[in-house]
Amino acid sequence: MCLSVIGFALVQLRDFDMIDILIPAMITIITASTPLVYAALGEMITEKSGVLNLGVEGMMLMGAVTGFIAVTQTSSVTLGILVAMCAGAGMSLIFAVLVLGFQATQVATGLALTIFGIGLSALIGQGLVGVAYEGIPKLPIPLLSDIPFIGPVLFEHDILVYGSFVITVLVSWFLRKTRAGLILRAVGDSHDAAHAIGYPVIKIRYLAILFGGAMAGIAGGYLSLAYSPLWIENMSAGRGWIALALVVFATWRPGRVFFGAYLFGGITILQLHAQAMGAGVPSQVMSMLPYLATIFVLVLISRDQKKIKMNSPACIGQSFHPST
Amino acid sequence: MMETNDFEHKSLLELRNMTRSYPGLLANDQVNLTLNKGEIHALLGENGAGKSTLVKMIYGVLKPDSGQILWQRKEKLIASPAVARELGIAMVFQHFSLFDSLTVYENIVLGLEAHQVGDNLDERIVEISQKYGLPLEPDRHVYSLSVGERQRIEIIRCLLQNPKLLIMDEPTSVLTPQEVEALFETLRRLCHEGMSILYISHKLDEIKALCEHATILRHGKVVASVQVQDETANSLAAKMIGEEFSAVSMTAAHPTGELRFVVDQLDYLATDELSVSLKQVCLEVRGGEILGIAGVAGNGQDELLGVLNGEIRTTPTSAIQINGKGCADLGPDQRRSLGLASIPSERLGHGAVPGLTLNENTLLTAHERIGLVRMGLINYQKSEEFGLQVIRDFDVRCHGIQAEAGSLSGGNLQKFIVGREINQQPSVLIVSQPTWGVDAGAAQAIRMALRKLADSGAAILVISQDLDELIQISDRLAAICSGVLSKAQTTAEVTMEQIGLMMSGVETVEDETKK
Repeated sequence: MCLSVIGFALVQLRDFDMIDILIPAMITIITASTPLVYAALGEMITEKSGVLNLGVEGMMLMGAVTGFIAVTQTSSVTLGILVAMCAGAGMSLIFAVLVLGFQATQVATGLALTIFGIGLSALIGQGLVGVAYEGIPKLPIPLLSDIPFIGPVLFEHDILVYGSFVITVLVSWFLRKTRAGLILRAVGDSHDAAHAIGYPVIKIRYLAILFGGAMAGIAGGYLSLAYSPLWIENMSAGRGWIALALVVFATWRPGRVFFGAYLFGGITILQLHAQAMGAGVPSQVMSMLPYLATIFVLVLISRDQKKIKMNSPACIGQSFHPST
Repeated sequence: MMETNDFEHKSLLELRNMTRSYPGLLANDQVNLTLNKGEIHALLGENGAGKSTLVKMIYGVLKPDSGQILWQRKEKLIASPAVARELGIAMVFQHFSLFDSLTVYENIVLGLEAHQVGDNLDERIVEISQKYGLPLEPDRHVYSLSVGERQRIEIIRCLLQNPKLLIMDEPTSVLTPQEVEALFETLRRLCHEGMSILYISHKLDEIKALCEHATILRHGKVVASVQVQDETANSLAAKMIGEEFSAVSMTAAHPTGELRFVVDQLDYLATDELSVSLKQVCLEVRGGEILGIAGVAGNGQDELLGVLNGEIRTTPTSAIQINGKGCADLGPDQRRSLGLASIPSERLGHGAVPGLTLNENTLLTAHERIGLVRMGLINYQKSEEFGLQVIRDFDVRCHGIQAEAGSLSGGNLQKFIVGREINQQPSVLIVSQPTWGVDAGAAQAIRMALRKLADSGAAILVISQDLDELIQISDRLAAICSGVLSKAQTTAEVTMEQIGLMMSGVETVEDETKK
């Protein structure tokens, strides 16, 4: 179904000047996917340590509102991104203290964090609705951006898009090649065994949760600073939940998380274009497509039970009592 | 005085007045222990005597409330396993500290300090595994390995650190006899090369075979420190349990009760490649009688238990009869109301829910026969009374009826589960591995309780891999091999050789060809 829609869009494109339509479409796909990459990779690291944080949506919103305030007040992009990161990390610290320090239930605490984040961001952002901002600057990479077609699509973006590529590679390398990554996977696989060998389970989980929070903060900041540079209440519009779902459907593998984020972002944009061109499909059906297609494709490629067993953190969601 | 000096000279590890308490339990009370260089030292005690607590303090997993640890005659504070490893202490855990989803290689890396890993770790693993006869494939994932292979990972992980002291916490409870022999060979060799080994066990024959010294713990206190060669298995057991240990035969003279439990040409088709099909199983148990079923693990024992206690339903109805009523297609609860009780071999997760209290675990199986539920409402007072009676009757050591099942030591939980079923006064009891992983004292108590139940007129079926146990308690013996049950023989008349043939399936084949 999704293929037919993409096909339809491509057929429609023939009537226009291909390049003029395609390049902006590709660019919007990348910008739509970038926040999902950040949020999902962050959550993936948190979950790899054995902690399920359902507060991604709330952390993203806090990142979005604080980042927007920082940029409009100081007009420093770097500061804006940093503030968004810290806000996300700060939110996740609340979660970490409750879950790791007080052994609160992870699911309930995560849900509460989301609700708290939605409310608090709306309160902080009250005066910001309608404030305009031109968006963080693009940084075309010299030479590479002059390549026809590929240049404008891949090499004329802002720092956060480049960063999302780098972070995907880094996370993948970290999990696969480093000792720290191995320890993180071990803690998520069996916290009792990790504790018995002598690894500081709680400390490692604090760090993983904070990383997840910082990434969600950047994801939110990207929404309000680049994707649609303004602040509206609840502007993440469910992307935090999509990121959570991506992690699970991608069976905790960074490459697949990245692929899933682009699949979702891509179909979201393509179906918008198809709708704009008047495809004869009800718009509600079109809006369903990204969700259906992403779940369908990721379930299809990740159905190997053995691989799932190898990659999923066995301890996820369980509290750890280091008494024994 | 001279002796003391000599002792000190060789001493590698000395524990002085180690004390550690848990809420409601003094696990270690002023424990002293001296371990010399190059010796295999046994730490002997019943389940719950405090052995694991003591070694966890040595390895830095638990902090002692008070007491001193002297390592090579200098006092040390072992605050974490990393400190212990730095000193040269390595440990193989009873419940392995392995990660299922990681590879053998990754598991080994995780057990080493970063600076110990180095570039040629692959080669060192192969070298050590060849040297000590511990074959391993570094790229396999742990979840696909047998228990014996998993233990090898732990041992190699320890040996790679060139430890001075190797602690082994009940290493043989999960191994086959051949694997045990191979392990002992490895341990003797390590000891010969100058390593000290602290060997924790409650199996007396193993300690006789392996160890030089033994420190015996009872209720958290050291009750004796002995030279193993001066002791017999019986005298060690007596010190461990605190009373003279007797292994008398307990079979009844002539069981002639009525026919209580009949299985007639029962078939069961395996549902996947890991389970075993049962073929034409026939057996009869009379009241007052214990029928033992021997067999090597994995020959259909689990399936047999499931089919007999109702976890797996079969047809025709008359294939299984309890007190003359066909029940092969009924579930566990319906069979319970007909008079059946059963005890599975797996304590945690099958016989009891680890996260529930003893009281709640009582309710799970006893609600039907004892009448603990009226119109969907639980009578907690009655179930508590029943549970407390079990705790008293079977000397279950725990802090009360509200203790979580998972917090009890293996032997005490087994006593509780056995007691819970026996106190329901079933007319038919099916038990699998009644004393698996249970210390000698508790095992003897469980066997005597089974005998007592049989003498009161119940029919009992015991499925076990422990031949000595079956010969001790059962009136008749059969064996299961590849899902085929041999004909039962009177225990008193059967020879070990015949039992061996029955267990390997030869006896049954001969019978069939005669027909």
